[in-house]
This record gives sequence, C-alpha cells and structure tokens, in this order.
Amino acid sequence: MENNEPATETSESLESSAPSPIVAALQREHPEWVADVIAAFGELTVVVPREHLIAACTFLKTSPDTLFNFLSDICGADRGPEEEPRFEVNYHLFSTTIHHRLRLKVVLNEEDMHVPTVTGIWKTANWHERETFDLFGVIFDGHPDLRRILLPEDWQGHALRKDFPLRGYEPYSLK
Amino acid sequence: MGLENIIAEALPEVLTTRLDSLINWARKSSLWPATFGLACCAIEMMNATSSRNDLARFGSEVFRASPRQADVMIVSGRVSRKMAPVLRRIYDQMPEPKWVISMGACATSGGVFDNYAIVQGVDKVVPVDVYIPGCPPRPEMLIHAVMMLQEKVMKESVRDRRDIPEAEAREAIVPGTLPITDGSTARQNTLPESRPYTIASRHERRRSS
Repeated sequence: MENNEPATETSESLESSAPSPIVAALQREHPEWVADVIAAFGELTVVVPREHLIAACTFLKTSPDTLFNFLSDICGADRGPEEEPRFEVNYHLFSTTIHHRLRLKVVLNEEDMHVPTVTGIWKTANWHERETFDLFGVIFDGHPDLRRILLPEDWQGHALRKDFPLRGYEPYSLK
Repeated sequence: MGLENIIAEALPEVLTTRLDSLINWARKSSLWPATFGLACCAIEMMNATSSRNDLARFGSEVFRASPRQADVMIVSGRVSRKMAPVLRRIYDQMPEPKWVISMGACATSGGVFDNYAIVQGVDKVVPVDVYIPGCPPRPEMLIHAVMMLQEKVMKESVRDRRDIPEAEAREAIVPGTLPITDGSTARQNTLPESRPYTIASRHERRRSS
C-alpha cells in the first residue's frame, strides 16, 4: 500500500512510536487482520484483508476495549480505471460508549468486486451496502436484499465510477 | 344586493354565444393546479398563493393533492430520471382537459444540472404549454404564466380535448412505478412489447399527426 503519500509517512512514524490501542488490540487478537495502518489528520484507518473482515468487525464490536457498536457509514471509492487495486470500501465505526472512531478499509480489484456483508453485525449496513452496490457495483456476498437504492431500477452501469460519463450513456426518453 | 334585479332588467332572458367561448371561459376561470413541487421553485409556487401575491385572483389557488381533481400541472423544480415515470403517471391520471406549466430553468431545460440524473427538460416526459424562465422565477412570473395559459385556453375548442378511450388507458403501463416484490429487479423491468409505454393524450396525438 504505497499509493497514499501523506498517509504512508505518518503511518510509519506512528507505528514506530506508539501504536493506537485499537490497532494493538487488533494485532494482539490476530496479527493478519491488520494489513496496514494509516494515521492522518487525526483519523485512524486500518486496512483489513477481505477474508478477515467479518472476524475483525465482530471482534471490534464485541471486545470491551473497542466496543464499536455503531456503524456510521459505508462508502465506496473509485481510485480510477488505471489504478490497481481500483476500488475500496470504507467502513466508518464509532463507539457510543468509549467515543472513539475507526475507519476500516478493504481494497478490491476490478475483476473480483466481492465483499462479505456486515449486515449480520450492524443491521444499518443494509442500506449503506445497497448504496455502494448501486453507485460502484461492489457486490456484498450474503446481503439479504442487494438491489439498487438511489438510481432507477432499470439503470445501466454504476454512476460514481470514474469511467461513467457525466451525462450518462444516452439522453433520457420515455421511448 | 339587488344586483340580480338590475341584471334581470338590463339583460335579455336569452343570450347567444359560441359554446367554445362559454366553456373555455369557465375552464380558464378555475384552473386548479396539481402540486408537483420538486425543488426550490416549489417555494415560489407556494408563495404565489399567499396573501401577498394572491393567485386566487385568477382562480388558480386551489392546489389539489389528487391529480383527478386538477386541471394544470405546475412542474416546479428539477425532474430526475427516477421521478420522470412518476410524473408521467400523475399526468396520465389527470382528466382531460389538462395543461402543464414548466416552472423554472431546471424543469424547462435541466438548468445547471446537465448530468446523468436529471431529465433535460420536462417536455421530454409530458407536453408543456407554458415555460417560465428563472432560477427560481418570482411568483409574479408564475402568475403571468397562468394568465398566458388562460389566454391559450380561450383559443381552444372543446373538440380538441377528450379523455382517452378507457380500454387504452387500462392497458397502458408506466415503467419504474411497478411494485417491487423481490430482490431481482432486472426481470421485472422487461416490458411486454404489445403494450403502449405511456398514454398519448389527445393533443399530443394531434400535434404529432
């Protein structure tokens, strides 16, 4: 993960000096859950391998050290068609008891846009994942009702991808 | 008041006029709008009915929530592609005679929203009688548009506007407004080829022919 310039610098300094207690708890529980740590602008981001996402999220919600009982947001991001990996899915967590925040990041290749759903852990993920699917085309495996939420039902393509034309593929008509 | 006595004395018992003139006069004097406030233009539309601007002077203040009771649809605001089939369905539900006012730059041409989500002009969905420029137009401009529409109504003939045949109306379906039953959406949106996509109203057909 060398694509985020300011983040990489700070992450090294942070890891060398004093790791966050959240990261320490994650690494203590399972070292492979933390692929990378990015600390920038006072925000902590942990890059999680896709296959460990569910286990890490379950731990983060239930562990008394973290207690992330609130999923603020899930959002996708498209780094551009030329980037590899191209897509990322970000999970913004918040703890209503400890009042700390954490961002989990899962990076995806364009060929394999599958992420396990976290609706079993936070129910609010349902609509967030539908939105990410709608606008980026990320498929959340195991989602109970994965269909479009913002764009029309018969829409072609995913509108927030970088290669989606601003005006759409064709002008609107009722045929 | 005694007004009735004066009129009865001053006027003859029988007046002759053209049927069109009488009916159009009645129609233009109570153009009830169907509310279709979609964005900030709707605030100005509401303001037009306030006591300061008083659209009631022109018989057009009774905004109806039901399209069955409305005569003119004031499309005020940007029409998204997802809203377009809904707007068309509301229009189809209005009984003839019916008119459309496109209020503001967005409803007229898409305005500054030249992107995939916004229909570039509501005239791609329904036939428009009066366009109002502005972003948003002042209430006076909407009142002016209503007055222009009244002039247009006076020039029409009763033969121009009739309800569409009932059989055709029953067969027509509007996409995008179908009830959603399960997660798979692609199959539900395949339309049967034989059915008309929307109902063409009488004056739309006349315009095309």
